[in-house]
Amino acid sequence: MDIFFQQILNGLVLGSVYALVALGYTMVYGILQLINFTHGEVLMIGAMVSMTMVMLLQSLFPELHGVWIMIMAVAVAIPVCMVLSATIERVAYRPLRNAPRLAPLITAIGLAIVLQTLAMMIWGPNPKVFPDLLPTTPIEIGGAFLAPKQLLILVVSAVLMTGLIILIQTTSLGRSMRAVSENPKIALLMGINPDRIIAITFMIGAALAAVAGMLVAMNYNIVHFTMGFIPGLKAFTAAVLGGIGNVPGAVLGGLLLGIIESLGAGYVGDLTGGFLGSHYQDIFAFAVLILVLLFRPSGLLGERVADRA
Amino acid sequence: MPDAASLPPEGTPILKAFGVSKRFGGLTALDDVAISIDAGQIYGLIGPNGAGKTTFFNVITGLYTPDGGVFLLNGQAYSPSTVHRVAEAGIARTFQNIRLFAEMTALENVMVGRHVRTHGLHAGVIGAVLRTAAFKASEAAIKDHAMQLLQYVGIDRYAQSLARTLSYGDQRRLEIARALATEPVLLALDEPAAGMNATEKNGLRDLLRKIQADGKTILLIEHDVKLVMGLCDRVTVLDYGKVIAQGLPAAVQSDPAVVEAYLGTQAHA
Amino acid sequence: MSLQLPWTRKNAWIGVALLALALLLLPFVAGLFGNAWIRILAFAMLYVMLALGLNIVVGYAGLLDLGYVAFYAVGAYMYALLASPHLFEQFEWIRQTFPDGLHSSIWMVIPLSAALAAVFGVLLGFPVLRLRGDYLAIVTLGFGEIIRIFLNNLNAPINFTNGPQGISKIDPVQIGGISFGRSLDLGFITIPSVQLYYYLFLVLTVVVIVVSVRLQDSRVGRAWMAIREDEIAAKAMGIHTRNVKLLAFAMGASFGGVSGAMFAAFQGFVSPESFVLMESIVIVAMVVLGGMGNVAGVVLGAVLLYAIPEVLRLIAKPLQMAIIGDEVIAPEALRMLLFGLAMVLIMLYRPHGFIGRRHA
Repeated sequence: MDIFFQQILNGLVLGSVYALVALGYTMVYGILQLINFTHGEVLMIGAMVSMTMVMLLQSLFPELHGVWIMIMAVAVAIPVCMVLSATIERVAYRPLRNAPRLAPLITAIGLAIVLQTLAMMIWGPNPKVFPDLLPTTPIEIGGAFLAPKQLLILVVSAVLMTGLIILIQTTSLGRSMRAVSENPKIALLMGINPDRIIAITFMIGAALAAVAGMLVAMNYNIVHFTMGFIPGLKAFTAAVLGGIGNVPGAVLGGLLLGIIESLGAGYVGDLTGGFLGSHYQDIFAFAVLILVLLFRPSGLLGERVADRA
Repeated sequence: MPDAASLPPEGTPILKAFGVSKRFGGLTALDDVAISIDAGQIYGLIGPNGAGKTTFFNVITGLYTPDGGVFLLNGQAYSPSTVHRVAEAGIARTFQNIRLFAEMTALENVMVGRHVRTHGLHAGVIGAVLRTAAFKASEAAIKDHAMQLLQYVGIDRYAQSLARTLSYGDQRRLEIARALATEPVLLALDEPAAGMNATEKNGLRDLLRKIQADGKTILLIEHDVKLVMGLCDRVTVLDYGKVIAQGLPAAVQSDPAVVEAYLGTQAHA
Repeated sequence: MSLQLPWTRKNAWIGVALLALALLLLPFVAGLFGNAWIRILAFAMLYVMLALGLNIVVGYAGLLDLGYVAFYAVGAYMYALLASPHLFEQFEWIRQTFPDGLHSSIWMVIPLSAALAAVFGVLLGFPVLRLRGDYLAIVTLGFGEIIRIFLNNLNAPINFTNGPQGISKIDPVQIGGISFGRSLDLGFITIPSVQLYYYLFLVLTVVVIVVSVRLQDSRVGRAWMAIREDEIAAKAMGIHTRNVKLLAFAMGASFGGVSGAMFAAFQGFVSPESFVLMESIVIVAMVVLGGMGNVAGVVLGAVLLYAIPEVLRLIAKPLQMAIIGDEVIAPEALRMLLFGLAMVLIMLYRPHGFIGRRHA
């Protein structure tokens, strides 16, 4: 039972990160019916920039406490990612708003490749170490153990997700976002500038991805220019699982997917008599995606996609 | 028109539908609708916006599954469950927002209409790859038939033009030609005159009369009251999913229930 | 003053003959600079076949398949398993049934790889039939990755695929007693093994081109394009969209399977590394660049998108050394940048491919 609870906790940690990234996918899809393939790469850039900042700060201020370094690093990564994402939207997606749906999809893939390659050129092809910034002694919670950085992931994610939901439900910006998400043309008639809202949506998603990027880097102590791709795919799966376009759905989908993966990796060996090992872990996300799209394509909490009449 | 041989004799019922109903959640779009269309008629389906006309169309062409209803097409029980079997059964439709194959030529669009009436191994992949004599004969027949239909509706000079380059009125004609290519028992047109000017409407009326003269049966949704009155043999009026009047156009036009449904306006919506 | 040739049938045949001659002599010219250049030509042919296969799925039927490399892998591993010592070494019953080892004739392999890939095409197509464009893309991407992961891991508890190490010592192609794995000595001339493969692939490519064109101009091709243009209207015209889509997947996959088998024979070695997602994306880029559905465009797109990065790979380092004095961009990075940018720029500025639209 202890092991089970541990797996659940691990799953929640993993799932929190998926949820943060899934929010970006779901918000963009809700407005534009576009899978933002570059989103995973934004996470990667967030991680890379954080790492560079951490290295810089550690060499300049060796006495500085890990928590401050962490905050300052993410404070740089977030605007970088926001600008990056807004630029991508402006340059690559906006001109193709009325093109057949295949076009922005292909552009997105192309851009993702360009971003990955640039990252490879800037930061080198080899994985780099992300140092521990927090104390490493595990904390005990109800029989299971969590490293402080894992607890941080849970707390930060919960705060950010709650903040986003409050933003969307209560503020005027949030109302504008919901309006554009439902029907951009009508929103325009109501005096809302959809272009501006879309840009802001991209930037909010990017900010969350930047934080997620650093959290992932902290969790695995490693960064690499390919680190964005798989988490990106999984986060998209999480968004679909929860119901694409649906913000609470993305949160639920992310957490669920994390738990499914964690339990699956833990038990798949037992379940298949040793035929499938835990290195098949990545397949779980794909399997979930395929099953959801086959049997419940609107996701657990239902889709919320704009009227593109 | 090519292949007019196998048409049912005038007067026999082509489409009979009873008790057709369709609900979307709490909204009743169709409530116990009944319609009876005889061979060789031009039958109009009219009513204010949101009355359920297109819903009815979508039900009989398989796009929506009805919650209730019995259908008889050309005397046979008809269950419009899957869209692609509808053309096979004999109903060909056009769409309110024209749905042509934009990047294909006008000729190719109509040739696609022949798809449902051409079968056999020779017409499939093997024939195509090996270019057998049977395949070539089949392709030539399809092309000829399609070309004749383009001539019939009057746009044969655009045969090699991409469908999206045609004018609006010509695109509507193309859609009709494509529907005719399936050799339908019933031609179902969803607002074929929408967006047309007076000249184009006259041309459309002449075309539809020509099609009727060649023995086809037409079901028509239209908003243009003048067009409907001048063209249709019988009319059904829907309002809020119910049939409120049915019969000769002149009688229906003066029916007080109909007048009230349209809020007394004679202008087309 | 421009040269205006009248477009007669006779002139067209002369043009074809000249082109054929040029293609036959090309490897001799390339060979003067080294066999590596002939290899580029041979691989270009393989990619043309792959691109034309994907063209059926993406270009004709409008289904964005991002996992096409799976069919390439199926064909390659099928041949690898049927024509190498691997299974022989792994399983006792194979040693007993085939004491001389497992070898397969090309006349059996080509149809078999086509058929097996087609089966996988249908298996893949079935679940995705009702999905809309972007979901279809992601699910097919997932399938491609799943196949690769399985190939990478099916080496325990029973060793089918030999995992990341791959399968080596694959038989070269043999036609009429001539092994393509050795150079052919004709007395007055010696044709290197690479060139023999080039000619074989050239023939196969021509067949694939002819099949593609014939499919395009047929009832099947029109059905595919109707689905691409407007699926609802296609259904309303009586087209069985489910079957027609599956047919697209199957036909497209079969081209991939044949290419894969040829690749395995050519390289003598296969491993999951050759079947990564990037390969699927590269092939999609070739189809997109060429103009989806446009056979000539796709052929050109495949040749350019394969050859240019390979050529760059050979000359990038010396060129950069000569101009900048240091190798700034690695060839692999250059290739990826090129693809990524090509995809973005084409979609923004020439979405119908660089050859342009079909008719005006």
